[in-house]
Amino acid sequence: MDALDGNAIAGLLHNVFSSEMTTATGTCATCGSASVVGELMVYLQAPGTVVRCPVCGNIMMVFVRRKGMTCVDLTGLAHMAA
Amino acid sequence: MSSVSRGFRGRRRDVGGEEGRVPPGQYVTQDFPVLSAGPTPHTPHDQWSFSVEGAITPRTWTWEEFRSLPSETVTADIHCVTRWSKLDTVWEGVSLDTLLGQADRGGMFVMAHCDGGYTTNLPAQDVLGGQAWVAFGYGGQPLPPEHGGPARLLVPHLYFWKSAKWVRRLLLLDHDMPGFWETYGYHNYGDPWREQRYSGD
Repeated sequence: MDALDGNAIAGLLHNVFSSEMTTATGTCATCGSASVVGELMVYLQAPGTVVRCPVCGNIMMVFVRRKGMTCVDLTGLAHMAA
Repeated sequence: MSSVSRGFRGRRRDVGGEEGRVPPGQYVTQDFPVLSAGPTPHTPHDQWSFSVEGAITPRTWTWEEFRSLPSETVTADIHCVTRWSKLDTVWEGVSLDTLLGQADRGGMFVMAHCDGGYTTNLPAQDVLGGQAWVAFGYGGQPLPPEHGGPARLLVPHLYFWKSAKWVRRLLLLDHDMPGFWETYGYHNYGDPWREQRYSGD
């Protein structure tokens, strides 16, 4: 299945971080590559939203919408600079 | 001529008597939506194998060995936690009774490991007794990669995230551990009839 790019989660990221994030740079905790959020690989067609590193394919972020809350896992993200 | 509108009922999609077959909060779809948390692996048959490990005598089958095992045609209704259900899906697969053997697995758990890193956990009791298969065929055709081919788990009595696509390895455990979506707050067991979508449901 084809991934979308990070622009597909612009609204979701804005809700979570209260800021425009698609031009931020995220660094993958697995391979260390820095990528603009808009270039990340996004899988929306799943029980949650899974965001992967475009270089190594490992998971950088997971978002699960649950009972009005968005649960966020950023353990695959070394850091993010807006 | 009646002056009263018949009202908005929506289009009925009665698939051979849906009543009593659609769990709460689900709708019936004729499509087969593709859900995935990552890229679709395309593992060639000559590089594919299936293993059972952990608290069981370890065993690995090549594709040819796996396909020579007795298989069954299974007709089942499937229920995705994203609220679609699909009725009367027809699969071909090898029963987990064949792959795990007849030993008593009471109190044990199975962790399914897949190409791409996906995992999901199930009680061993739920995959034995003719309740679960490793499916390699769908609708009379080889299972397409986007639906989990070469082979996926089929556990139709639980939400379909438990029916892990691209399954390659079953790890038998004497304790339970959460799999991928279970770690993120999805229900540990996932019974669609009790609407066990999230932990605490």
